[in-house]
Amino acid sequence: MKGKIRLKLSGKVLTAPFASVSILAVFFIFLFVFTQGLPLFNQISPFDFLFNLTWRPTATPPSFGVIPLILGSLIVTLLALLISVPLGILGAVYLAEIANPKIRELLKPAIEVLSGIPSVVYGFFGLVVLVPLVQNTFGLPTGETALTGGIILAIMILPTILSISEDAISSVPVDYKEASLALGATKWRTIKSVTIPAAASGITAGIILGLGRAIGETIAVMMVTGGAPIIPTSIFYPVRTLTQTIAAEMGETVFGSTHYSALFAIGIVLFIMTLILNSVAIRLIKRKNGERR
Amino acid sequence: MKAKICQRLGFGAARIAILISLSIMGYLLFYIISNGAGIISWDFLTKPPTSGMTAGGIFPAIIGTLLLVTLAIAISLPLGLVSAIYLVEYSSKESRFMRLVNSAIYNLNGVPSIVFGLFGLAFFVKFLGFGTSLLSASLTLSLMILPTVIVTSVEALKSVPEYFREASLALGATKGQTILKIVLPAAFPGIITGAILGVGRAAGETAPILFTGAVFYMKGLPISLLDPVMALPYHLFVLATEHPNISKVRPIQYGTALVLLILVLLISLTAAVIRYWYRSRRRW
Amino acid sequence: MDAHPNDSIIVEGGGSGVGIAALIDGTCDVANSSRKLKDEEKQKGLIEHEIALDAVCVIVNVSNPVEELTLEQVQKIFKGETTNWSEVGGPNLEMVVYTRESTSGTYETFESKVMKPDNVTLNALTKSSNGEMAQAVSGNRNGIGYVGIGYLARASDIKALKINGVAPTTETVQNGTFPISRFLYMITKGQPEGLAKDFVDFVKSPAGQKIVEEQGFVKMP
Repeated sequence: MKGKIRLKLSGKVLTAPFASVSILAVFFIFLFVFTQGLPLFNQISPFDFLFNLTWRPTATPPSFGVIPLILGSLIVTLLALLISVPLGILGAVYLAEIANPKIRELLKPAIEVLSGIPSVVYGFFGLVVLVPLVQNTFGLPTGETALTGGIILAIMILPTILSISEDAISSVPVDYKEASLALGATKWRTIKSVTIPAAASGITAGIILGLGRAIGETIAVMMVTGGAPIIPTSIFYPVRTLTQTIAAEMGETVFGSTHYSALFAIGIVLFIMTLILNSVAIRLIKRKNGERR
Repeated sequence: MKAKICQRLGFGAARIAILISLSIMGYLLFYIISNGAGIISWDFLTKPPTSGMTAGGIFPAIIGTLLLVTLAIAISLPLGLVSAIYLVEYSSKESRFMRLVNSAIYNLNGVPSIVFGLFGLAFFVKFLGFGTSLLSASLTLSLMILPTVIVTSVEALKSVPEYFREASLALGATKGQTILKIVLPAAFPGIITGAILGVGRAAGETAPILFTGAVFYMKGLPISLLDPVMALPYHLFVLATEHPNISKVRPIQYGTALVLLILVLLISLTAAVIRYWYRSRRRW
Repeated sequence: MDAHPNDSIIVEGGGSGVGIAALIDGTCDVANSSRKLKDEEKQKGLIEHEIALDAVCVIVNVSNPVEELTLEQVQKIFKGETTNWSEVGGPNLEMVVYTRESTSGTYETFESKVMKPDNVTLNALTKSSNGEMAQAVSGNRNGIGYVGIGYLARASDIKALKINGVAPTTETVQNGTFPISRFLYMITKGQPEGLAKDFVDFVKSPAGQKIVEEQGFVKMP
């Protein structure tokens, strides 16, 4: 007996440290991004950073206001959701409730595979197809706009929203649906008033995950939104997101300079935003799992 | 009657939604494939670029990507698998530590790829002094795919029925032996699927390697871990946003996009096939 | 590298600022720069070697009938005060201003020779490189931007405007009549030695200057 217990303890002791790597990773990422970004606040106050309306990091004197960047990220993300959420939920309804099982078996893995397409490919497609399309369709001076960014993001997060919503809808207990049908409701009425509300937590979690992916996306938006750090007053103007600012400016920034810290400070903002979104999503998923009988 | 009309409209809307979704994604694929197919040739795949990127092939970028993902998975698979073993086999369910680990994995998964790039720059490139190198870039990528590997390994291990373990222990094997000889082999296909998915994700990412290891041109292939490396996604990105001579380089852009697409889709397909084969073959 | 088969030169990307910083850090041996060294950089022992001339040309799409602008007009356009092509003798189209990321050497030259003391308008679309800029303007008939002279030959569908009546050519850049021109430098830490010296010498040599010209830049006078 003694030999067995000793081995069991060793196994646990051997493997536990590996599990803590994830904790360490998150901790270290936060630590490093934070410490590389903090020096910025020796030069300017956090208020200046968060509420200044101008992003001109290399002017004399430099200006590091992130409001235009935050608004840029928000507007393309919101556009992306506006497009992909209705399409995603309705499409999920089709897959889960209306499609015959054979089609679903074919489409579900296809959609999962599509969600793996690299963002640079989306960006390239956006650059060569969407930008001219938007420019010509709307008669704009340039097709590099917030709208174009929103569309390409919508295409990118659509598979995520479709998959997760489909999962949520098809895991609504059958008795809910049967009860509704037994009471005389049509299938659609059931879907609308019973199934979707029941799947709400799961669907919302999927939307939030898509939202997180959209806010964090860099390359695709960089290639289509024009990169002008202006307060977006219309979706037909160019914008600049938090993510693309980091990617575009880091390459030519001197290590350790104020500009360098400012870009890391943007990283902090992004990290915190996605942290909050993720905790909300996880709370929703927990609630959904808790409610199920 | 009204209800029936509502249903028709509703179902119609749902059908249209899925059609729109599929056609957009389908068009994207079709567009890249049709424009890129013409440029793919044996030479394109096996020769390096020449004449300032306007001719030649993308061989070093392909090799670079393969090197990056191989290293990334070589690092994250052992780490992730052992973490998963701890989570499934050893941890007391609902212990504080386990909840912490789970929440860390979940949050790690949500970190934007550019923030991984920033971390890679600050930690691997500068702090540890690895410089812009294959090493820094693969380490960064390995962190990024770690959650994927852990979650799929956990799922794979969990799907091994309890009675496998019970039977083994009843026959006198230790827990360690049970895990190594019974559980892991049974979970193997699921674990491999997870690894392949991680590889697929690492192959397509640009942001994490932007400042940690990717270069647009170097002579020859990386010889040591500390050499920089060319990579397909970065190559496409630079070709699409830097080259002044569009008409000359456009075909190469399409070709690179197609090669990258095929690579990633092949990887996803392999994972899907293994998962399917695994499900149909297992006898429980 | 064919002349020195055992040596290799790795070229890393990044603008002037990055190269100079890497030189100070010791992580590279030679830095290419499109701007002069700042005083603090000279104090760290860095030395600049003039190797070529570059001109920053204001470019528009080939379909644009406008052929020349004064420096003041260019400044107004990039400040965002002039917004329609009809205001400078062109068609009635809204201008689309392209600029570079503010960390680039080309941007710095443009800013110091054209814009000072004002800034480029925030409404300008930012491009990350000369190549991307050329690509953008060649694809947009409303566009106006600026690129290094070396990119004129390599790009299609763009044309350089005469500034104050002077067109950017080898002669006007070498004799200084073209207003938006600059020297290109290779920077070393202290006097270059060994392979670095060979490389810098090569670039300054007639063979190297021939390549400078082939790449579309202007050789040293």
